[in-house]
Amino acid sequence: MATTLTHLERLESESIHIFREVAAEADRPVLLYSVGKDSAVMLHLARKAFYPAPPPFPLLHVDTTWKFRAMYELRDRMAQESGMELLVYQNPEAKEKGINPFDHGSALHTDMWKTEGLKQALNKYGFDVAFGGARRDEEKSRAKERVFSFRSANHRWDPKNQRPELWRLYNARKAKGESIRVFPISNWTELDIWQYIHLENIPIVPLYFSAKRPTVVRDGLIIMVDDDRLPLKPGETPVERSIRFRTLGCYPLTGAVESDAATLPEVIQEMLLTTTSERQGRAIDHDQAASMEKKKQEGYF
Amino acid sequence: MASQPLSGKESSYKASDLIAEDIDAYLVKHQHKSLLRFITCGSVDDGKSTLIGRLLYDSKMIFEDQLAALEADSKRVGTQGQEIDFALLVDGLAAEREQGITIDVAYRFFSTDNRKFIVADTPGHEQYTRNMVTGASTADLAVILIDARQGVLTQTRRHSYLVNLIGIRNVVLAINKMDLVNYDQAVFDRIVKDYRTFATEIGIKDFVPIPISGLKGDNITTRSRATPWYKGPVLLEHLETVPVDETRLQAGSFRMPVQWVNRPNLDFRGFAGLIATGIIKPGDAVRILPSGRTTKVARIVTMDGDLPQAVAGQSVTLTLTDEVDCSRGDVIATADSPPEVADQFESTIVWMADSEMLPGRPYWLKLGTQTVSANVQPPKYQLNVNTLEHVAAKTLGLNAIGVANLSTDKPIVFEPYTSSHDLGGFILIDKITNATVAAGMLHFALRRSQNVHWQAVDVTREAHAALKGQAPRVLWFTGLSGAGKSTIANLVEKKLHALGKHTFLLDGDNVRHGLNRDLGFTDADRVENIRRLGEVAKLMADAGLIVLTAFISPFRAERRMVREMLPKGEFVEIFVDTPLAEAERRDVKGLYKKARAGQLKNFTGINSPYEAPENPEIHIQTTTTPPEQAAEMIVDEILK
Repeated sequence: MATTLTHLERLESESIHIFREVAAEADRPVLLYSVGKDSAVMLHLARKAFYPAPPPFPLLHVDTTWKFRAMYELRDRMAQESGMELLVYQNPEAKEKGINPFDHGSALHTDMWKTEGLKQALNKYGFDVAFGGARRDEEKSRAKERVFSFRSANHRWDPKNQRPELWRLYNARKAKGESIRVFPISNWTELDIWQYIHLENIPIVPLYFSAKRPTVVRDGLIIMVDDDRLPLKPGETPVERSIRFRTLGCYPLTGAVESDAATLPEVIQEMLLTTTSERQGRAIDHDQAASMEKKKQEGYF
Repeated sequence: MASQPLSGKESSYKASDLIAEDIDAYLVKHQHKSLLRFITCGSVDDGKSTLIGRLLYDSKMIFEDQLAALEADSKRVGTQGQEIDFALLVDGLAAEREQGITIDVAYRFFSTDNRKFIVADTPGHEQYTRNMVTGASTADLAVILIDARQGVLTQTRRHSYLVNLIGIRNVVLAINKMDLVNYDQAVFDRIVKDYRTFATEIGIKDFVPIPISGLKGDNITTRSRATPWYKGPVLLEHLETVPVDETRLQAGSFRMPVQWVNRPNLDFRGFAGLIATGIIKPGDAVRILPSGRTTKVARIVTMDGDLPQAVAGQSVTLTLTDEVDCSRGDVIATADSPPEVADQFESTIVWMADSEMLPGRPYWLKLGTQTVSANVQPPKYQLNVNTLEHVAAKTLGLNAIGVANLSTDKPIVFEPYTSSHDLGGFILIDKITNATVAAGMLHFALRRSQNVHWQAVDVTREAHAALKGQAPRVLWFTGLSGAGKSTIANLVEKKLHALGKHTFLLDGDNVRHGLNRDLGFTDADRVENIRRLGEVAKLMADAGLIVLTAFISPFRAERRMVREMLPKGEFVEIFVDTPLAEAERRDVKGLYKKARAGQLKNFTGINSPYEAPENPEIHIQTTTTPPEQAAEMIVDEILK
């Protein structure tokens, strides 16, 4: 009688295999860690891949200074627990100019802190491979993305120059200065991520679970008032709402949903019964045309 | 409206009521879902996108906001009037194709109560071979679409051939657009009969034919009332229940390519990898290949605790009872039936790059976790994927499939592709651009590889050199035709000879009168020319000689190949640097004139490229250095 591996077991094995291939073939890999649920799964898979050793690469958090407080708390805790080195990078130029989503808009904010910040951090430390948590099911343009995505020496994604991926064979060879973004959870769906977090008891930011939180409503998005980093507009008073987040970005850019789902199964239940797709809560997708594709070419992922 | 039942058919696939009623029970059930990866083969006209869109839609994988966008798009640009155009869900690659973006495969996901599915969707006609082979390489099953009005077409044969080549054992023949032939059983039966004849011919043993309409939803998720004569499974039912390849993979002998040696401290040494075939338990006797050492498995280590056994498809870390040498690229296998080790093979090669294959040029070959240097021989034949005829070929271009022998620079652990995709499937990588240029499948090891062994000799190369009182060297002069290579090489040899050194000058033109008289000047022949010369130069260096070679040798890759044949430091690349205009002005042999007049094809510098050395050991600029002085410099340099 053959043992039938479950879909999660097969996905897990595939992701672990990808982590190990990179560790074996890259000079200086790094795990991009954004503290969201996908990052949580990535970190967990990386630990499994190299157990009992800690993963042979550091965590890199490209910080915007605009993450929810709860995210910073979990980040520091997980770094300690995993025994991995945590590198936090904040773009000094963005810091100096005080770039923020309110005065500068989400496009410039994201570009300066995240896109530029990531490039600067990769250059500073000389990383040649960066693990990212992007998934093919996130949106139509991702469906064709490779697991190993090649970047030129100036971090640009050249869609005409990507390599076919066959079987379990990944070609990680590159010229000096070139780098690779590797997406080990390409084949996972949002439901797979949630089920895996549930099954493996992976710690995630509590903001994914519903609670009464102070909020304001702007441009149709429910924005949580995390602390005084959010300047209130005249006449705006925070209202207590039962909310949670389906996705966590920079806090004024990420909309919450009204919800009573306070446990993981309830979150999954809500996700399955709900009818709005995941990225809708992110202001970044609404900005400018075909923005994901553009950001990818510029090096956001 | 999206909420209306589609085209009056029975309602679509029902999401589990358990989600709302008992989410915990639902989760338990869903944690035990299996996974099926499949590929859909067919062109746009066959309704492939409509079928995939329909599966996503009917399995409730489309969210309301996506649906709203879909409805708007359907009305605006759809081809189905007021109804939903499912094809729009998965298309959207057309625009990218127009921009010249390479899209080999797009992956889609959906799931039912029993299975999760990953669909490889390969768009477009051009690049079809490359795309389909890529998508099929990870698929457990293939859905081959046929337009009921058209029957078995050339492209059906091509798709089926590729599916079989890649070794997909589960084939569904989806005869689509049954609504357009009035759901006529006779049409269905005729196509099935035609296909069976052809399938048997190419080696497809079995297939499941299903009459469907992607557009109307017939026999996709629910049984259609329009085909009462059809008694087989509907498409989704078949996809949900067809056995995945596990039984066969686990029944194979145990093999695990070692990816990574895990050494957190001196007390732990684990070998990490993904099990290709078979089952392993602590205590099982294993053999490490290629060394052949045997030992036993001590533990199967995971973060969730040690496992009592692990099976094909699982990523694990094994510890062994003995301290044996084992590193990345080795294969841990059942002790009593290990895989073969060889360095020459027959293989099928699918060429995937714009630049054609150059027989004789070394490429990196990656198979499992092994990466070696490999030379491909000229193809025995190329396969015409439309007629399945064998065609004579000297090389392979983009999307060509051929059968060729190849040799690796060191033995690799392998299995025929038909036994193991993990140990028989490989990719070829260009050594200069690092691009993946081909995919291949090993058939078997050539007998000569197993029977021709290196003969150990007692008088070593060191002994040869010592007797002559010199260090062997290969002075490799490269440069354009008429640059002055032979002139300078001659002078250098005379000087060395006068100093009592044992030398030999291999001249490009002279060698082409003898050893290489069968070679022309195509890129492929130039590569083979240099390979042979490199081997001869190496033998002479083994005999202790200082070898001087004067060949244009226009390609970096081949010069590097010769460099890598020799011990470090023995290859001295000498770039005789004469600008093209100057060489053409001199035109000692009158060849440039002929080339300009179109009488010489593939003439380096005119209509064939010259790749200048990037870091030559010696760089001679002939416009400022006369030959005599250049020769002095070279002699000083190599004797210092």
